[in-house]
Amino acid sequence: MGNFSVYVEMIRIRFLMMLAYRTNYYSGILIYSINIGAYYFLWQAIYGSQESIEGMSVTQMTTYIAVAWMARAFYFNNIDREIAQEIQEGKVAIEMIRPYNYLGIKTMQGLGEGLFRLLFFSVPGMVIIGLAFPIDFSNSITVWLLFIVSIIFSFIVNTQLNLLTGILTFFLLYNTGLIRGKRVVIDLFSGLLLPISFYPMWAQDIMGFLPFQAISYIPSMIFTEGFTGAEIYSALGIQLFWCFFLIIPIQLLWVIAKRQLIVQGG
Amino acid sequence: MFYFSIFFQYASQYLKTRLTYRGDLIVEIFSDFLFQAVNLVFILVVFGHTTLLNGWSREEIIFIYGFFLVPYAIFSSFFNIWDFNDRYIVKGEMDRVLTRPIHSLFQIVIERMELESMFGVVTGLVIMFYAGNQLGLELSWYDPFVFLFMVIGGAFIYAGIFISLASISFWSDSKTDIMPMMYNIGNYGRYPVDIYNHVIRFVLTWILPFAFVGVYPSAFFLGRTEWYGYAFLTPVMGVIFLSIAIILWNSGVKRYRGAGN
Repeated sequence: MGNFSVYVEMIRIRFLMMLAYRTNYYSGILIYSINIGAYYFLWQAIYGSQESIEGMSVTQMTTYIAVAWMARAFYFNNIDREIAQEIQEGKVAIEMIRPYNYLGIKTMQGLGEGLFRLLFFSVPGMVIIGLAFPIDFSNSITVWLLFIVSIIFSFIVNTQLNLLTGILTFFLLYNTGLIRGKRVVIDLFSGLLLPISFYPMWAQDIMGFLPFQAISYIPSMIFTEGFTGAEIYSALGIQLFWCFFLIIPIQLLWVIAKRQLIVQGG
Repeated sequence: MFYFSIFFQYASQYLKTRLTYRGDLIVEIFSDFLFQAVNLVFILVVFGHTTLLNGWSREEIIFIYGFFLVPYAIFSSFFNIWDFNDRYIVKGEMDRVLTRPIHSLFQIVIERMELESMFGVVTGLVIMFYAGNQLGLELSWYDPFVFLFMVIGGAFIYAGIFISLASISFWSDSKTDIMPMMYNIGNYGRYPVDIYNHVIRFVLTWILPFAFVGVYPSAFFLGRTEWYGYAFLTPVMGVIFLSIAIILWNSGVKRYRGAGN
């Protein structure tokens, strides 16, 4: 794995890079608030006069949407696109002979970006949204701690899927379609747009076998206390399972990719 | 004329490049379909839990979505300027664009077109005809002409908003995450704007007029007479917003100083 401090340095550099551009993030918070606000009214119209749908009240739903989008700022990154670009430009050849693990470095850059957005975007954004809309913050420290654990897992699973998509560029050579497709699938199946419990039963069964719910549905349900007691721990177990399981295809593809690397220029 | 021939030359070059990586092209067209399906799934799932959205039925909402897809497809085929700042300003590509003999904005439009997005027009029409059929809508002789004006108006509004946002890069070259989020905000124009509170409604009508790319023009075809005024404003708003964008762009280009090497 090379030297540990190299990886920490990578987080720091990415963080500072993002910090240099921080002013524009304030406009981003405004846009996010409009986004969440529009969702709030949309859901109010959907609920109409109903007290609750699938065991969730309107307030819980608003909280769900708000926390799902704010958590997305933390786990979301573009390392799939970065990897694809480095492969296409031939830069990956240089990266591979450097004395560190390329995939590890990419993960750390994603983490640096995510931490930045968490501190300068999600936290202030959540405060503003909490003032503007009826959002339920839990009083229980345990819920908050479990939520933090859960979004760390979200980050890992989402990053692993990004790495996988990125590595596939080695085989497809041109990858924008897959990257776009993946993003769409994640938006829908991760529970960002709709809690998974809202889907018809057969769809829920299929999604149970996919890693996407580990990205958004689980942390958001923990935060809104839609999950309680043992449900929380089994949900965290699912996340943990995917964190480990996804290592297998990544390592496998990475080994094959290195063998059949075609540098397209650079 | 010169612009036309340049356009077709770029278009044919574009098709050649895309057909080189055929696998990716297919995946991309498929992922576009997937994207359109996602929004449809959202509507279907939501209506699994309610019958009316503030007085609008499921088929009406689906119809609005089908309409939205058409101007959106035209917009996303030709106006891929969401990464303008990164691609042209930060990397200095704008210098090259300015040396070309055609208008800088037109040059970027033809360089960045993604013609495969035009498939969205087909999807949109299919969805509209399906929903229209379910609702028992009648097609009059003038409907196709009105439709054309509405679609052009809608595409102009989208183009205008995104060109204006891209123009900001001439004044401030730092990164923003506004563009990707703007795509999300565009989605809210697809729902009846009377469900939102007055602030959001005002924003969607006059500031970021995405409502004119969905619910307002559709209201005409759905026979919602109370919204006809807004519906007929669609082409006007399109022309206004595109004009503002071009003025902003031109004055931005005048200010442009290059980004170093």
